[in-house]
Amino acid sequence: MINSGDTAWVLISSALVMLMTPGLAFFYGGMVRKKNVLSILMQCFIVLCLISVQWVLYGYSLSFAPSNGFWGGFGWFGLKGVGLEPYADYAGTIPHQAFMIFQAMFAIITPALILGAFAERMKFSAFIAFILLWATFVYAPIAHWVWGVGGFLRKMGALDFAGGTVVHINAGIAALATALAIGKRKNIEKNIPAPHNMPFVVLGTALLWFGWFGFNAGSALAANGLAVNAFVVTNTAAAAAGLSWAIIEWIRNGKPTIFGAASGAVAGLVAITPAAGFVSVIPAILIGLLVSVFCFTAVSIVKPKFGYDDSLDAFGVHCIGGMWGALATGLFASKAVNPGGADGLFFGNPKQFLVQLTAVCVTLIYSLVVSMIIYKLVDMFIGVRVNEKEEAMGLDLTQHHERAYTVLE
Amino acid sequence: MKLIIAIIQPHKLEEVKEELYKAEVNLITVSEVLGHGRQKGVTEIYRGAKETGNLLRKIRLEIAVNENFVEPTINAIVKGAKTGETGDGKIFILDLKECIRIRTEERGGVAIG
Repeated sequence: MINSGDTAWVLISSALVMLMTPGLAFFYGGMVRKKNVLSILMQCFIVLCLISVQWVLYGYSLSFAPSNGFWGGFGWFGLKGVGLEPYADYAGTIPHQAFMIFQAMFAIITPALILGAFAERMKFSAFIAFILLWATFVYAPIAHWVWGVGGFLRKMGALDFAGGTVVHINAGIAALATALAIGKRKNIEKNIPAPHNMPFVVLGTALLWFGWFGFNAGSALAANGLAVNAFVVTNTAAAAAGLSWAIIEWIRNGKPTIFGAASGAVAGLVAITPAAGFVSVIPAILIGLLVSVFCFTAVSIVKPKFGYDDSLDAFGVHCIGGMWGALATGLFASKAVNPGGADGLFFGNPKQFLVQLTAVCVTLIYSLVVSMIIYKLVDMFIGVRVNEKEEAMGLDLTQHHERAYTVLE
Repeated sequence: MKLIIAIIQPHKLEEVKEELYKAEVNLITVSEVLGHGRQKGVTEIYRGAKETGNLLRKIRLEIAVNENFVEPTINAIVKGAKTGETGDGKIFILDLKECIRIRTEERGGVAIG
């Protein structure tokens, strides 16, 4: 039976999550140098277009068609069999296509997250090839295992409300793989460029936070109490994490920065993503306070020490934050919040923590290995990195023949 | 003829202009530049990446003057720009070989006006 409130909420949530991809574009875009900002916007925008079409052709089928194995196969190619009546195994009160389009927005933003790792040095042609292969061979299987009917992590009881593993750990470790494979930006040890437009970074953060209400609360797939719980803990975790990062900077660097507060908020949103439909508000505060400690360490201490150039901290924020969130779900999940979930370690069920750990490890290993393979393949056939001169001139002019800001009118 | 180049603090520009007008120096070109002196700027930190020796915003004035206006111009700039703190700036005096007014094609001291 279709419920109009549920359907309305899921449609609005889909629109909110769609807005997160342009939001991400500005979040990342403000961080790069002036000469590369259009390349970030273009990469995000083209992912939105590319995966939107890929999804309805075969992406949704691979990820969510029922199976008993690796992925869903092509039975729902071109949305055959995906109609306007509900599909009870996923969401019993909304049209099947509403669930499909909601999931489409997740499939779109996940590959977009990765581009923070190789910003300012990837060829646009290689980027498109990489994204298409990655969406097909990394995103679809992992989404299937965690959320699809027949997925083995779903059968194991892994809890991932809105995509801690499927989206954040997945994209985050792929980011590390590509950052290592593509190498550091030229002369990056001598000076790390400052963000060229911090207001864009903040604007992007605001759009992400706003959209994340759809990302998390929409994953309840109904306009009900669970959606409200997800909404409340999402806002709380983001807020706690923003405060936490600012305080850490105040103590360590002498001053709190907007870049830090914004980064903290995003890390908090990442961490609460798997947990939003399973934990209550006090654990949400703890999750937020601690994620900034972990991500700040990853970004400001571990990264400079090891010297990899994960340019916009896709690994440091999304992978580390997602790992903490997925494991914290195993600690703080409570059936009192969601009877359809499970209890975590602190509620008398240590086994859940191990299940979460398994899901985290499977995601890490599979995504790391296959992302690296895809990168090497693309490099072999197309060549991934731009040459030195193109990198110095900037991707906007060399890859797109465009300039973001006029200097002389 | 001399070309006077002055690097001053951006927030002092209005006062310097006032003093120049009082000295009857009405010709000026202004540009925004980046630079630093012996203090090598302030430290900026972005997610743990420290930037030292960074360049601060300054204003650059270029004024072409006849000999008799050199001292009054210098005095006006100093009066308007000086705060006594580091970062006040510097003034450079260059010899000016020629000056042409484009509209009338006059040359020399008359063209400086």
